[in-house]
Amino acid sequence: MAEPQPVLEMTGIVKEFPGVRALSGVDFRLFPGEIHALMGENGAGKSTLIKVLTGVYTLDGGTITLDGKSVRIASPLQAQHAGISTVYQEVNLCPNLSVAENIFIGREPTRAGRIQWKRIRSEAAKLVDRLGLDIDVTAPLSSYPLAVQQLVAIVRSVGTGDSDGEGSGTKVLVLDEPTSSLDRDEVLELFRLMRQLRDEGVAILFVSHFLDQIYEICDRMTVLRNGTLVGEHMVRDLDQVGLIELMIGKALDQLEELHDHQLHADVGESLLKAEGLGRNGGIAPFDLDIKKGEVVGLAGLLGSGRTELARLLFGADQSDAGKVTIGGKQVAMSAPNDAIGAGIAFCSENRKTEGLVPDLTVRENIILALQAARGWTRPIPTAQRDELVAKYIKALDIRPANPEARVGQLSGGNQQKVLLARWLITQPKLLILDEPTRGIDIGAKTEIQKLVVSLSEDGMSVLYIAAELEEVLRLSHTIGVLRDRKLVAQLTNGPEITTGKILETIASGEHQ
Amino acid sequence: MTTPSRWRALTRHHLFWPVAVLVALLLVNVPFTPDFFAIHMTNGHLYGSLVSIVLFGSPLILVAVGMTLVIATGGIDLSVGAVVAITGALTCSYISDQADQDSLSGVFLAMGIGLVAAVVCGLWNGFLVARMGIQPIIATLIIMVAGRGVAQLITDGQIITINSSPYQLIGGGYWLTLPFSIFVVAAVVAVTVALTRRTALGLLVEAVGGNAEASRLVGIRSRRIKIMVYVFCALCAGIAGLMISSNTSAADGNNAGLWIELDAILAVVIGGTSLLGGRFSIGGTVIGALVIQTLTTTIYTIGVPTQTNLVFKAAVVIVVCLLQSPKFRAKVFGARARVTAPAEPAAVAETAPKMEVS
Repeated sequence: MAEPQPVLEMTGIVKEFPGVRALSGVDFRLFPGEIHALMGENGAGKSTLIKVLTGVYTLDGGTITLDGKSVRIASPLQAQHAGISTVYQEVNLCPNLSVAENIFIGREPTRAGRIQWKRIRSEAAKLVDRLGLDIDVTAPLSSYPLAVQQLVAIVRSVGTGDSDGEGSGTKVLVLDEPTSSLDRDEVLELFRLMRQLRDEGVAILFVSHFLDQIYEICDRMTVLRNGTLVGEHMVRDLDQVGLIELMIGKALDQLEELHDHQLHADVGESLLKAEGLGRNGGIAPFDLDIKKGEVVGLAGLLGSGRTELARLLFGADQSDAGKVTIGGKQVAMSAPNDAIGAGIAFCSENRKTEGLVPDLTVRENIILALQAARGWTRPIPTAQRDELVAKYIKALDIRPANPEARVGQLSGGNQQKVLLARWLITQPKLLILDEPTRGIDIGAKTEIQKLVVSLSEDGMSVLYIAAELEEVLRLSHTIGVLRDRKLVAQLTNGPEITTGKILETIASGEHQ
Repeated sequence: MTTPSRWRALTRHHLFWPVAVLVALLLVNVPFTPDFFAIHMTNGHLYGSLVSIVLFGSPLILVAVGMTLVIATGGIDLSVGAVVAITGALTCSYISDQADQDSLSGVFLAMGIGLVAAVVCGLWNGFLVARMGIQPIIATLIIMVAGRGVAQLITDGQIITINSSPYQLIGGGYWLTLPFSIFVVAAVVAVTVALTRRTALGLLVEAVGGNAEASRLVGIRSRRIKIMVYVFCALCAGIAGLMISSNTSAADGNNAGLWIELDAILAVVIGGTSLLGGRFSIGGTVIGALVIQTLTTTIYTIGVPTQTNLVFKAAVVIVVCLLQSPKFRAKVFGARARVTAPAEPAAVAETAPKMEVS
């Protein structure tokens, strides 16, 4: 069978940034009616390639051919007009507007200069209906969970290009990490929509860090490493181990090392005790005992109260019931300051909004927590500061290893490491990590998990939250299972505990 | 380092454009006033256009320096003009009630009263913004409007004139051949720089302005920091109020410091501090304030008719702001530079590319 004509062909793509060659001669092609995964570690050039394709960056070399015609894409708007639509990890819509308004924003149908609101509503409803979604288009976007907002973003991008509501002007749909904050059902709904669009002939470029999802939904994949093309494969021809080896360019020794890792046994005295701690609308009152050097994992679906529990322990939200004792002394957790003073550190799951200050440098972000604890009148002496920062940049292998770099310019994995470094220099007794491995590549993921192991061996307690049950299972001495905003069980990790067992507990809501 | 790369490093410096604009504005004066840069000594005092620009710009520099810190936390303070008026009114009315207006202790006490009033205004602003969570523009609007009324109440709606030679020193006197207010400004700027860069205050202010929620979760007492910057800003405005009333030996509740808040905000922006908060530059603000004062002086020296001088000022400000915008510069200067560059495959990017490295 002759190969069909690719809808998109990128050849010899080069993109340079000052001092860095982000892409060197990458070829990439996309066929109509396929879901194509773009794979690679953080910094391999995935985002850069997508940004070149969607007109955010201008390319420094190479050609882009769309439908057999050579095109120049100089802006996101041009990309949209050419039929390339993008949905990013963070939904870029207006939560205060209605779903219909969001779908048509920027290309409202007008008559005599007036926007035809009725037509917007009816066409949005038709579009949503055609894609098999159950969404009230007149409701404000913010009334829907993030997952639905993401679907709306996809509907919007599919609707781009024509406003007569018939068919779709989109030839290429780029989905950049759309699943990283979705739970299983939401992912399935997204996949259903993706398959429908694929069957309608749309070429979908899909980026995800979840390998299982790649294998579930994708037809073909392109693997990048260090800005170069490693290969293009049919998904069915390449197994996961082979793929990971292609991505990281070496065998899986370091990953296996972690798989074989034994939980260290010397868990000490009780460090933190929460009794009847709870918050209305956040999480039902729970008891939790975290011991010195213990890793407590929290498992549960997205929205089951994992983050809410962690925030109460840190004083990020105020509890309305119960108490916390640390080292035998009761601590009033009215603000993060109280928790920090008691030796608790908290890496939020939202690196960008609740973690980093993007305009400040790596150095400034790293010393922020320590400096805040010292107060503004006692700056950390320059020599000591530089030494500390250099030490942690090296220890965590933060790249670029330049303390003057703006944190906003770092890749996700490196941003996460900066956040970790920020708290590690305060030498906390309890480190709360909320989804520390979300949206970062497999190499950095492994490094962070290894770090957790070694920290707990040194006597630090860790509260570890992750969506991936394997991660929780691998690292934790005790696993707290949450369901519907309730801590339903605490399992002591051992040979009889498996991900299946945890899933059962989540599903049944009780500990057998 | 080659010459072009040194030049590029220079143009990338955050003070390059503000300084370039200042120098250009100063040069504009030369054809109209050939001895514009001349400074001469009369009766042991230095005189000259440059000295006058710094002298008349002093209150604006003070107010703008305080404003910089407020803006860096993501706020804004519209009340500074009213605080200028209140401080001047209180101080002058106290001095005018004295039997001996030249008494040093009386003058110090009067200034103390004025500055305490300024601090109270700052505390009120800080309280509304940091504790009550009111948007800064609204919170400070209260004193902007009501403060003028308070100043009028203090002066009974009259212009209070005083005759106190020690008090006149601050805004109108000379010391070591230079106007005394230049020393006051230098001291305030030096203290501000030391306060923000020698301690960790600058970093914490930038963190609060750069990401408020992250700052809270990292344990920064951001409310305290915000209250501090509003108090500091009001204090700077208070000192400016002393200076203005001292210079004229009068307190005018209605007109003292009128619209100075807008010039101050402009100075901050010209100096390169974003109104969104975060990174700030005290040096940039000082340059920015000097740009605005030079502009005012230039309007007089080149003889722009009074009825059009606001339009002229607005036009220059627009040009300055455009020059500061990297996007604008890329469009205007970048496009020409690209013609000579080797085969550029694509047009100018819509957004300035961000370096992404891992």
